[in-house]
Amino acid sequence: MLYSTIFKKASMAISGLFLIIFLLQHFAINITSVFSGNLFNQLSHFMGTNPLVQFVLQPILIFGVIFHFVMGFVLDIINKRARGRRYKIYKGNSNASWVSRNMIISGSTVLAFLVLHFYDFWIPEMDYKYVKFLPENPDRYFEELVHKFEDITRVVLYVISFFFLALHLSHGFASSFQTMGFNNKYTVLVKSFGKLYAFGIPFGFAFIAIYHYLNH
Amino acid sequence: MQLKLKIWRQKNGKSKGKFETYYLNDVSPDMSFLEMMDVLNENLMLKGIDPIAFDHDCREGICGSCSMFINGEAHGPDRLVTTCQLHMRKFKDGDTIYVEPFRAKPFPVIKDLVVDRSSFDRIQHAGGFISVNTSGNTQDANATPIEKEDADNAFDAATCIGCGACVATCKNASAMLFVSAKVSQYSLLPQGKVEATNRVLNMVKQMDEEGFGNCTNTGACEVECPKGISLENIARMNREYLLANLKG
Repeated sequence: MLYSTIFKKASMAISGLFLIIFLLQHFAINITSVFSGNLFNQLSHFMGTNPLVQFVLQPILIFGVIFHFVMGFVLDIINKRARGRRYKIYKGNSNASWVSRNMIISGSTVLAFLVLHFYDFWIPEMDYKYVKFLPENPDRYFEELVHKFEDITRVVLYVISFFFLALHLSHGFASSFQTMGFNNKYTVLVKSFGKLYAFGIPFGFAFIAIYHYLNH
Repeated sequence: MQLKLKIWRQKNGKSKGKFETYYLNDVSPDMSFLEMMDVLNENLMLKGIDPIAFDHDCREGICGSCSMFINGEAHGPDRLVTTCQLHMRKFKDGDTIYVEPFRAKPFPVIKDLVVDRSSFDRIQHAGGFISVNTSGNTQDANATPIEKEDADNAFDAATCIGCGACVATCKNASAMLFVSAKVSQYSLLPQGKVEATNRVLNMVKQMDEEGFGNCTNTGACEVECPKGISLENIARMNREYLLANLKG
């Protein structure tokens, strides 16, 4: 069963839905930085020091991210092998959207962004807490965030990445439900909500980056 | 109509194969694509050239034999038709038309445009049937009441002719639409529910062994399917497969 086509796809769908839920939580905390630096500091301090978040949820999240990307590449290699010789003429646009056919491109862009994002925030955070063992300062998070978005190059890279994240989600959201066997009269609602989520959340993240660049 | 045809020629499964260019004059827009191929073959034979091998049988969109990838689309540019139902009026005078065989590892080329689709037969053998006692006291199928919606969905799934356009057009060469149609046409009916669990497990296992790719829900198969088989069948098969594994 573990090696079956459907199980592999289902594991991609479940890990994708897990990451979609995580994105919502991540956005809910980050958007507070636009309204209140203190609230953002409080929430970040809680997330950064709570043992359940740090030692249970964070490893699950990292596993989910790595699993989703590795399985995505594995499936792409298997799929390309299944074709064998390629067509001379292949009109993919005539029957399927570019986004649905190129999840590996949008996904790879998001992966490249995650490397930058981890370099910007996660690695310094791990270094601060678990390598240098510096004393916790509950008021540092907002300043660190704003400081990162003082650089226009970083803001542009983030905004471009969020655009590709939106593309990835716009197919991935509804596709996850289809893979898990959910296709019925409510599918139209799932697709509509999926599009709203797919463009709303990345747009929100882009707004946060641009807001702090303009207001630093 | 005058046409420039670039057609895949391959002597057998082991040879390399390449595109050959042919020119055809006086093509009637009312010809079917296969009739146009017949005329081309007559011309080739008169010149002493080996005719182009292609699959065909009923020529009315029922048998699923004709399998050509025409100008980048399975069964050509028209929708809800097989190659034999495609008419030359869909093309313009002076067009260049590329004709290739359905390409997928589990569909090896036998010759020119003919591919071996016996992988579909093996998937069917793995579970695409119901076991019925034929000793003489078999219950009349019409005696079993069936919900209208279930009967309609089962019938829609059963219209799959196994042509392989779904595999040919899918960017991953996935056979999920075909297999799910075959799973659905039985599992929706009371007669098919008895073996439903084993059926989905065995057919998916065989599908994987044949080397088809994974479904990424692009929906291309549904668009190109000459019978309009719905993606709902894939969702149903996924649901049944995952539940069957949970049952153990």
